[in-house]
Order: sequence, then C-alpha cells, then structure tokens
Amino acid sequence: MSEASVAAADPLAEVLPRISPFARFLRRALGHNGLLIGGGVLAAIVLMALAAPLIAPHDPYAQDVARRLIPPVWDAKGGWDHVFGTDKLGRDYLSRLIYGARISLMIGCLAAAISGVIGTTLGVAAGYFGGRVDAAISYLITTRLSMPVVLVALAVASLVGGSLNIVILVLGFLLWDRFAVVTRVATQQICHAEYIAAARCIGCSTWRIVFSEILPNILNALIVVATLEMAHAILLEATLSFLGLGVPPPEPSWGLMIAEGKSYMFFKPWVIVIPGVALLVLVLAINLLGDGVRDVTAPENRN
Amino acid sequence: MLRFALRRIGVAVCVAFTVAVFSFFLLHLSGDLATAIAGPESSAEQIAQIRVEYGLDRPIMAQFIDWLVRALHFDFGRSFYFQDQVTTLIAGRLGVTMALGGMALGFALLVAIPLGVVAAIRRDTWIDRSALMISVFGQAMPSFWFALTLVLIFSVKLRWLPASGGATWKHMILPVVALGTYAMPAIMRLTRNGMLDVLAADYIRTARAKGLSTAVVLFKHALRNAVIPVVGLAAVQLGFMLGGSIVIETVFSLHGLGHLAWEAISRNDYPVVQAVVLLLSVVYILVTLAADLLNAALDPRMRTG
Repeated sequence: MSEASVAAADPLAEVLPRISPFARFLRRALGHNGLLIGGGVLAAIVLMALAAPLIAPHDPYAQDVARRLIPPVWDAKGGWDHVFGTDKLGRDYLSRLIYGARISLMIGCLAAAISGVIGTTLGVAAGYFGGRVDAAISYLITTRLSMPVVLVALAVASLVGGSLNIVILVLGFLLWDRFAVVTRVATQQICHAEYIAAARCIGCSTWRIVFSEILPNILNALIVVATLEMAHAILLEATLSFLGLGVPPPEPSWGLMIAEGKSYMFFKPWVIVIPGVALLVLVLAINLLGDGVRDVTAPENRN
Repeated sequence: MLRFALRRIGVAVCVAFTVAVFSFFLLHLSGDLATAIAGPESSAEQIAQIRVEYGLDRPIMAQFIDWLVRALHFDFGRSFYFQDQVTTLIAGRLGVTMALGGMALGFALLVAIPLGVVAAIRRDTWIDRSALMISVFGQAMPSFWFALTLVLIFSVKLRWLPASGGATWKHMILPVVALGTYAMPAIMRLTRNGMLDVLAADYIRTARAKGLSTAVVLFKHALRNAVIPVVGLAAVQLGFMLGGSIVIETVFSLHGLGHLAWEAISRNDYPVVQAVVLLLSVVYILVTLAADLLNAALDPRMRTG
C-alpha cells in the first residue's frame, strides 16, 4: 500500500507529526510482548554464545573422571562449583551448555542463510517470470516437499561423515521449500503493483527491479520465514546429533548431550532435562520473535 | 473433475519418478558407497572386491536404470546387513509404522480440532490464549526430547506405561502421543483460523437469524466448511509424521520402518535406505494426491490448480 494515498485519505495526517516507517515499526515493536520477550531471550543467548570463553566457568572439553555425574545445584548433593552438574566424563554441564549455544546458533543462521538464498532465488524467479518458469519451479518445490527431510539428511550425513559443516550444508540445501513458497506468492502479489509497472516503463533492467523493487518489499515476509527456518534447522541439527549422525563428539551440541545422557536418564533425569529445556527456550524465543515481526509488519495477517 | 483428476495423477507419477532419480543420485554421488560398506579399516583390495560384488563398478546410469526397472517390480535387491530381500524386510515393518502414523494423526485431529473450535468460539479468552500457548510450545519442542520426557514422567516416575518395545497396546500410547503432538499445533491453528473466517460469514448470520440452535450452526454450518483446508494439512502432516517416525521409533525401540531406516543408515545398508526414502515419498505423494482429489470433489473451486 502506498504511503501517500493513506496520508491523503487520513484527515489527522495534517495534525499528527509524520513518523518514518522505521519509527512506526519501532513503536509497534515496543508494544508487542511476544516480540520483546523473544527478542530479549534470543539476544541474551547470542551474547552468551559470543562471550562463551569469558563466562563459562570451566573448559567444556576438560574431562575429570573423579567428578562424574555430579547433580546440579538444586539437588541436595549438588554444589555451586558445577551449577548444572557434570556429565558421565566429568565435564561441566553449564560450560558445555554455553558453548553448545554457539553450535545451535551457527547452524540456525548459516543453514537459514543458504536455504534463504536458494529458496528466494527460486521463489522470486517463479513469481516474477510466471508461465513455464513458474511451472518448473513449482514442480521442483513439490518434489522437494515429498522427500522425507530427516531421512535424507541422515543418509547423506552418514555417507559423507557427520561434521558441523556437513550438517549446515545438508540442512541448507534441504530447507529452502518454505522460502520458495512464500517468496513466490509474495512476488506474484506485488508484480501487479503500479510501482513495478512504473519501473518497467522507465526501462529498469530485471535485475534492478528484483533487487531494488521486489526484494525490499518482500523483506518482511522473508524475515518471518528466516526465523521459522532457523528454528527448524536448530531442531533438525539436534535430532541428527541425537541419532548419532550430526555433530560428532566431543562437541557440546545440545542434541548430542541429550543422546549421551539417554542411557542413564532413568537415574539422573537432569542430564536430558537441562539441554532439552535449553533447546526449547532457544527455539521458543526465535518463534516468538518471528511471530512478533509478522504481527508488527503485517498486522492484517494477525488473528 | 475427470480431467483434473487425470492431470493431478499424471503430475504425481512424474514427481514420484523425479524423487526416485534424486534419491538414487544423492546416495550414489555424495560418497563412495564401496568404501562406506567396507568400513574404515578395510584394505584397497577389499574395497575393490566389494565394488565388483555389488555392481558398483558399472557406469552409474546402468546402475540407475537397473535399479529403477527392478524397483518398478517391487524388487529393491538384497539388504547388505540383514541378509534378506529388502521388500520382505519392509513388508514386515510397514504395519507398525502405518499403525503408529495413523493413530498419531487420529490423536492429533481428536485433540487439535476441538481445541481449535473452542479457541475460535471463545476468542481472546483464557481458553484461546492457553490453546495458542500450547501450540507455540508444541512447535518449539524437539520431538525426541518430548518423547524422552514422556518416558521419564509416565514410565519412570508414575510407572503407568512401558518405556519401550511394541508388544501390547500399552506400548503404543506414548509413541502415539509423542508423534501426534508434533502435528497438533499446525492443525489447531488452521482449525481456529478457519472457524474465525467462517463464523464471520454471512451464511452463519443467516443461520443464526432464522433461529437455528447454536449447536446446529456451529457443527453443521460452520465446522463443515472450516475443516475443508484441514483435510489437505492432515495429509501433509501424515507425510511429515512418517518421516518423524524414524526419531520416535528409535526412542521407543519400535520395530517399524523408521527404526529399520535408522539401522540401515548407520550401517550403510543403502539398498534399504533407498527403498525406504522412495517408499515414504510415494506414500506422501499418494496421500496428498488423495487429499487434493477429495478437496476437488468437495469443492469445485479447487479444480483449477
């Protein structure tokens, strides 16, 4: 919707001070609880991951057989030296949790970035060119959707050998479908807008129209999908690592920590509860942030 | 309708073929299968022997065409690890996964649709808010961790249900709940939004105005229209759940297709992996095809796509 027509139709526009779109976004964002909580928690986790060497009380890889499976501080036998206890090799759980945030965030960001580039390219091309291009890309999306993600990711990771880079690449090349679906529809919708026709009339190249007209206008939808896919990639990495084919030991991946704790969770339930809650909080924060951005930038989609 | 159905079936067959091509080449080109089968400690001679033994020395197109022709006859070759025909293996495991997937979908629909309806009717009350809360948490929960937490609560603490295995119906309760919960948030949200749209429609006001009881308006007029999109989503969710069964079956040691796939993947038993990938894709394609045809039969406007 064009700003000018709204301002002209609104009799209050003369009286009220003009505010920039960004100021309006900020004003709405500050009034949205989900966005504030999600953004705040995510920012805290990002800070924690960045400052991991400064705040982790112990070395996350240092083993100490004499101090195995110490319970967390709220247990009667726990102590402040190991706030979340230690694992079966005597490694400090809190330090592993802090370093593990780096793995989850890195996989979330990079996998979402790779799949975002692939999906957006396909989606914008399908929406902009239409016709046969659209038919071919829609077919590709359908094919991708009918392949079981977990199974294909596991099979490839197992053949190539699981490592952080492989997991990022595999997830990046598998999770582009939602980006493509959303950007395709969004591009189709704005291709009929007057400013696209105007840009064509003054002789803009296709590249110029895509980069300076279409992409900025579908950016909001793109950010929302990016948060969803980040959350998706983080959960999938945890799943792959849990099944033993993702990030290899001794890396402190949260999914791997749950897998390692599985065999004695009946006696020490906290070994799986703590990393699981960490995953839940991180994914919840990202989802709340994404839902919040959607509500604030496109209030008409809210229910 | 017939034209739509034929075209839709044609597309489904093409997609199934493309998936077969993708899954074959993905597995054959992402690593050296002979080395993976032989294991890390084997010598160059052993690897070369395995390459000849399994036909991996032939040109990849010849391998592909051979595999495809036999796959069309439901012959996926012999498993390397289990020493049995892949088709026999899959046939033995399919029942467990289908039962698990079907019951999980049933469970998800039974909980999510009423919850979505109530949330829409009582919009912006505590019921609506808690339903939304449940769906937000449900989406953020790693399914394997939720499954383990269920085991901790219901098997270890309360001792109500067995922790693993598949001998009795009691063994199926936790896996069904764990897998079904995975599909619930999306179904709940779609039902709620569908109900909100429908409840604002003119024909609902007309139905109310002519004095129909609330129950008749809600269930006969509103719900029937609101759940049409849920049919499509349920099909998609069933596909996701069959993929997700690999996690749940591994956690609960249920010997279904997912567990078979996991065992095969960790032992580089690629004839089994390939067959399971293809089978799950084909099931997904068939289920979404059925949902599309059902939708088109219910609603002629859907026949254009």
